[in-house]
Amino acid sequence: MSEIEVRHLTKTFEQKGIVVEALKDINLNIESGDIYGIIGMSGAGKSTLVRCLNYLEKPTDGQVIVAGQDLGTLSEKELRKQRSDIAMIFQHFNLLMQKSVLDNICFPLLIQKVDKQAAKERARELLKIVGLAEKEKAYPAQLSGGQKQRVAIARALASNPRILLCDEATSALDPQTTGSILELLKNINSDLGITIVIITHQMAVIREICNKVAIIDGGVMVENGLVENIFNHPKSQAARELILRDLPELSENVKVTELPERIQTDRKIRIVFSENSAFEPVIANMILRFNTPVNILRANTKNVGGYAKGEMILGLPDDRHLQVDIENYLREKGLEIEEVTGDV
Amino acid sequence: MFDSTTINMLIEGTLATIYMTLASTFLGYLLGLPMGIVLTVTDKDGIKPNGFIYKVLDFIANTVRSIPFLILMILLIPLSRFLIGKSYGSTATIVTLVVAAAPYIARMVESSLKEVDAGVIEAARSMGASDFDIIFKVMLVEARTSLIVGATITLGTILGYSAMAGTLGGGGLGDIAVRYGYHRYDAVIMGITVIILIILFQIFQTIGMAIASGLDRRK
Repeated sequence: MSEIEVRHLTKTFEQKGIVVEALKDINLNIESGDIYGIIGMSGAGKSTLVRCLNYLEKPTDGQVIVAGQDLGTLSEKELRKQRSDIAMIFQHFNLLMQKSVLDNICFPLLIQKVDKQAAKERARELLKIVGLAEKEKAYPAQLSGGQKQRVAIARALASNPRILLCDEATSALDPQTTGSILELLKNINSDLGITIVIITHQMAVIREICNKVAIIDGGVMVENGLVENIFNHPKSQAARELILRDLPELSENVKVTELPERIQTDRKIRIVFSENSAFEPVIANMILRFNTPVNILRANTKNVGGYAKGEMILGLPDDRHLQVDIENYLREKGLEIEEVTGDV
Repeated sequence: MFDSTTINMLIEGTLATIYMTLASTFLGYLLGLPMGIVLTVTDKDGIKPNGFIYKVLDFIANTVRSIPFLILMILLIPLSRFLIGKSYGSTATIVTLVVAAAPYIARMVESSLKEVDAGVIEAARSMGASDFDIIFKVMLVEARTSLIVGATITLGTILGYSAMAGTLGGGGLGDIAVRYGYHRYDAVIMGITVIILIILFQIFQTIGMAIASGLDRRK
């Protein structure tokens, strides 16, 4: 059953008489148990979209249906009750700075009129789940970023939600902490069966834990589907850019100084390794066979959804015949290739 | 150095000043705190924007605050008479002080509450908090340090106003300073009242700041 269904969602803002269309006709189907990524550059409208999922922002048009319930038909009071089913965590954690860790986690329970003692017990359980049992008396200001996000996650889980919305939840954290928070989210998804929606601008986050992804560009959903498929066959320009940007090997200064010159005259192709091919020395064999060097502009292999996946961008020699031969050779070996245009 | 009458007068004056200041601040907050909350909540970025209510309160706050205190006192003589039965003495002065302080307090409260991180309010909303929850369990709690600092500043300001009220028979140390220092050229008595005022101000300020920082959990 689908947990969240978004139908023809449109959101417009009016600023000083100018109407800005933040989201245009978005359709999404998030199934129960999904870890659904929504990715886009900043300003793409993804934060607005996630706020429409719990009606913190009311859509201008269209419907958001959570567990069979159309949020647009609910009264303010019913909506508040529904929100205890849809928890949310944020980029800047948004903890109550004047309350202790334990009181922060009790907060959503006390709002829902849960008995104080019962709330405290629940909060202690949750602190154990997020691995901060010894910090219950601490105040947020005494915690590191990763610890704060753990408290925020515990707070979000307090009311036993079915859905957890994450708005750039790892964007303010260093890569190592990001990894541990994503690991925690993964466990929450598998152990507690909570559907997770992740808003991010980092493809690495999607690759790490999501099973499905939607790509938002300029308020429009340009592509969505299984993460694996999008990585292997990105159709939209936005998807390609996000995937390329994700390749970490290339440092900033190399990008601006050396590469453009060398790339410009070359024909560039993107090769996608799937299943087992990443372990065959295809490129090496190709070079031996054609007796010509190719320029490896970028290369990256990673673990996507349990498979070793990889991609590589090659600059081919100028000889047109050789280019065709190389491309045919690669296709023969079962690799997917496509031409890459523009700056890599 | 002084006879017991003078000393008694100074003690009574000091007590009257403390009475006026504390009572006016307390009553001022009874009016000013709700007014500040409503100003924050109904502002265009507030949790329940309402242009009409905001503009009315905004106008009242600005109007009262733009009238110099001395003139406000004269204007409010009929009100004091109506409420207290007379227009002079410490209790009558409290009426004027409350009217002058309430809009000032409302602005102080408004600026404190607006410091509360919008993200925290959004988080509370995402948990199903009502507007009431957000005001009383989030905004007032998160802003408490700043609110207490504001109250300390207010206390100091009202102390100053209460002394000013002495010129129009307001009672307290201001009254003594005007009668002895201005009408009788008795610089010594006037000097003493000034010293007492300075000491009172220091005490209020020190206690207020200590409470504010003692309650702050952000460090």
